[in-house]
Amino acid sequence: MILVTLIAILFIGGLVAWFSERISPTMPRLVALIAVTLDLLLMFSLLGAGDAGGWVATFEADWIPRFGISFYFAADGLSVLLLMLTAFLGIIAIGAAWGEIKERAGFFYFNLLWTLAGVLGVFTALDLFLFFFFWEVMLIPMYLIIAIWGHENKHYAAMKFFIFTQVTGMLMLISILVLAYFHYVQKGSLSFNYHDLLNVSTAGSMGMWVMLGFFLSFATKLPSVPFHSWLPDAHSQAPTAGSVILAGILLKTGAYGLIRFTVPLFPEASMAFAPYAMALAAISILYCAKVAFAQTDIKRLIAYTSVSHMGFVTLGIYAWNEQALQGAIMTMLAHGLSAAALFMLAGGLQHRIHTRDMSQMGGFWARVPRMTAVAIFFSVAALGMPGLGNFIGEFLALIGAFQANITMTVLAAFGLILASVYSLWVLQKVFQGEYRNTDFDDSHLTDLNRREMTYFALMMVGLIWMGMYPQSFLNMSEPALNQLLTSTQGVAVALLQGAL
Amino acid sequence: MTITAADIYLLLPLLLVTGTVVVAMTAIGVKRDYTSAAIITITGLLIAAIAAAVLMPGTNQQVTPLLIIDQYSLFFTVVTCASAMFIAILSYPYLLALDDNREEYYLLLGVATVGAVVMVSSNHFVSAILGLETMSMSLYGMVAYTVHSRSAAQHPLEASVKYLVLSAAASGILLFGMALVYAQTGTLAFSSLIDLADSSRGDLGNGFTVVALLMITAGIAFKLSLAPFHIWTPDVYEGSPLPATTYLATIGKVAMFVILLRFMEASEALAFEGILTILSLIAVTSILAGNLLALMQQNLKRLLAYSSIAHMGYILIAIIASYYAEGRIGIEAVTFYLLAYLIMSLGTFGVASMVSNSSKEYDSVDDYKGLFWRQPVLAAIFTAMMLSLAGIPLTVGFIGKFYLFFAGVEGALWMLLAAMVVGSGIGLYYYLRVIYRMLEPTPESGAFDRSGQTASAFGVVSVLFVLLLVLGVYPAPVIDLIEAISAYI
Repeated sequence: MILVTLIAILFIGGLVAWFSERISPTMPRLVALIAVTLDLLLMFSLLGAGDAGGWVATFEADWIPRFGISFYFAADGLSVLLLMLTAFLGIIAIGAAWGEIKERAGFFYFNLLWTLAGVLGVFTALDLFLFFFFWEVMLIPMYLIIAIWGHENKHYAAMKFFIFTQVTGMLMLISILVLAYFHYVQKGSLSFNYHDLLNVSTAGSMGMWVMLGFFLSFATKLPSVPFHSWLPDAHSQAPTAGSVILAGILLKTGAYGLIRFTVPLFPEASMAFAPYAMALAAISILYCAKVAFAQTDIKRLIAYTSVSHMGFVTLGIYAWNEQALQGAIMTMLAHGLSAAALFMLAGGLQHRIHTRDMSQMGGFWARVPRMTAVAIFFSVAALGMPGLGNFIGEFLALIGAFQANITMTVLAAFGLILASVYSLWVLQKVFQGEYRNTDFDDSHLTDLNRREMTYFALMMVGLIWMGMYPQSFLNMSEPALNQLLTSTQGVAVALLQGAL
Repeated sequence: MTITAADIYLLLPLLLVTGTVVVAMTAIGVKRDYTSAAIITITGLLIAAIAAAVLMPGTNQQVTPLLIIDQYSLFFTVVTCASAMFIAILSYPYLLALDDNREEYYLLLGVATVGAVVMVSSNHFVSAILGLETMSMSLYGMVAYTVHSRSAAQHPLEASVKYLVLSAAASGILLFGMALVYAQTGTLAFSSLIDLADSSRGDLGNGFTVVALLMITAGIAFKLSLAPFHIWTPDVYEGSPLPATTYLATIGKVAMFVILLRFMEASEALAFEGILTILSLIAVTSILAGNLLALMQQNLKRLLAYSSIAHMGYILIAIIASYYAEGRIGIEAVTFYLLAYLIMSLGTFGVASMVSNSSKEYDSVDDYKGLFWRQPVLAAIFTAMMLSLAGIPLTVGFIGKFYLFFAGVEGALWMLLAAMVVGSGIGLYYYLRVIYRMLEPTPESGAFDRSGQTASAFGVVSVLFVLLLVLGVYPAPVIDLIEAISAYI
């Protein structure tokens, strides 16, 4: 029931925020903040140990019995980690929008909360129809956020974001339906229940096609090369809060889908596909790092680095052993914080000087020392400095992947070097060197205020915690991962024996 | 065959609609009054819908050889009468300021509904043609209704003549096909043609039957504006006054589709490989042509015309799937999608007619610029309708698409499903474009006419909006109902 409550709070909070605009233009943000904070507090009740399968909370009710569809929500350690990330970044996003969104604030916070509600649904739905339902529900408000409060080329970016995700989503829907039909053929009844579908045999060429339907949808969301081209556009045009949600949370739904659904539901097809997926991951890491280096738009640059970092997640997932998966999850969490922080810095800069063009910036250190310090911290975190969360994630992912596919892992490791190159390059370009303000009006270029410092500090604490004491996170996801690994173990052993 | 009192009782909805027209006509004869004509029609249609709903449980009977009154036909009788009532309510403010006789419009609307009710209850060529022509004849009149008005917004004469000529030609082809079937079987009922493949009953050969079926298919495809028989659609949609377009696009299509469904199921025409291939080709062409041609439209009515072509193509997939899939999932998919299509089309056209009147129609996509900030409720409803047409969750259109996909998967129609995915992907672009227009800042100039926004019209679109959401979020009761009634096909 708690899971339904969490989602309901956000849905209702969104409506209340929208209508509270009539009372006062500052009410919506307050309502939104209260709703998300309440959610975060409620989530602490999920921290206990779960049952034998690792599930800490479940909820089930009939929905469309004709097709075997139910409201089936369940959360294990993996879900809880991502739920908390969602609520945490939700608060940060509200903070980012606090001063930036002045027009139609009610409708903005409505969309923000509904996106978050959709994401919570995605992380907890264990009925595949319900999962797809939430998968699409989080799209529309996100589309509206980009289309209404975005920057100069928002129409194009919003449209591209929507069409990419929707079309691949439809392929996933067909895959889900085929899978349910498999269940009907093999077990005699229709079911969209995750646990039922895990028992469906999906070996054979049909299984491969169906798996690709899922993979395509998740890889687009992740995103992985070659389905990433929507991301730089969406990010550069979205308002800061939108970017925070996109980079911090929405991308993680793709990775979550791969871990929870694609590999466990299609173990044979995924094992066969793993080398290709890992190759795509390595290409994403290297290619997007290289492309990021060529950007002059600071938001596009960060967007490309996101694609690059998410490559480590794909790499870890398709290595499919405990270390690699732990690495993937740590990278998801750490990247959620670091990318969100970097987008907020970029958004903050744009808000102050009305440009994202790095060739016009330089020497900001003297003008905005606090902002520089924050930027250095998060850039260093993003490039994988030991002691911070991203290092743990990428390190574990690489160790795990090394056991599965040496070539791709070695290639991917070069991404770490490229990451230092572009991260430091941004720092040099924007904050170091000679200060000049010939191309923009710097009258609003002020240093971070107390509100901004607060949420950057929160994110710093998070990253340091992840870097210094990762065990607290690993412990939470371990039972869930063990469960996933045992469910696919039979197939792995069979494949191995076949190879021998 | 004699008609008993029990038969009359079953025909009650049809008789009520007919009676409504007669009463309205008499009332107009006594005293011309626009409001009372409208109220009589609306009330009559409401009573007919209720009567059909009351009759529905447990009814399954052939009444005369021409009409089948079963739960399926009664379901669509309810739907048809309710939709006609909604259209009548939406027409009222639209025609209020017309500088010509306004009352007879409701007679035409009533007669068209009589035709539609006959169509959804038909399993015989004679009643199919009778119903179809009754509806079409009235529609010619409705399309041309504003023709004598000096300030008519559109080109009703052009639209009407175009529709009349092409529709008559299509009816001719349809009749020819029926005659050929009769030559083979000696019956005009939609009975099984499949035996003909064994040439035990007819001796004119298999090819003869296929030609007959092709002609019938072409005739029906024209009425449903399936590509490549769709050329008339955008012009007629654009040229007609909005209420007539609404009728044409909703009830006109749905009633015809029910005939197609019954015919295909009863005659087992899909067992002929040629027919199956042709229908698949028609479906793919409709989906692609409809969506591609809608991309660049600036006129909302033309855009919706092309999008309706695509939607008809989607539903055709389920008809084809009904041949391959075991069980009745194909029929259920068709039924649910027709209902969904009706709700979202009525809603879309309803909002459009609320911002228009007979002398000025806001039918350019640009006219909706800034509607979201000017009239948030109306725009929210319109947005929901567009998202539903695009098949986004939370709306009935998504459940409809889910049904179609499911039928396609069960029938293993991968190519058709691929066409549908591509088509829907293209479709997103133009639906989103309309939504984006509404989200843009309000233009400074240009006052909007609000005469169409009566409380009752608001009521209608609100009901449709609620239906759209309820059926999108909790469709289980309707799904169960449709499962039950689909057993009668």
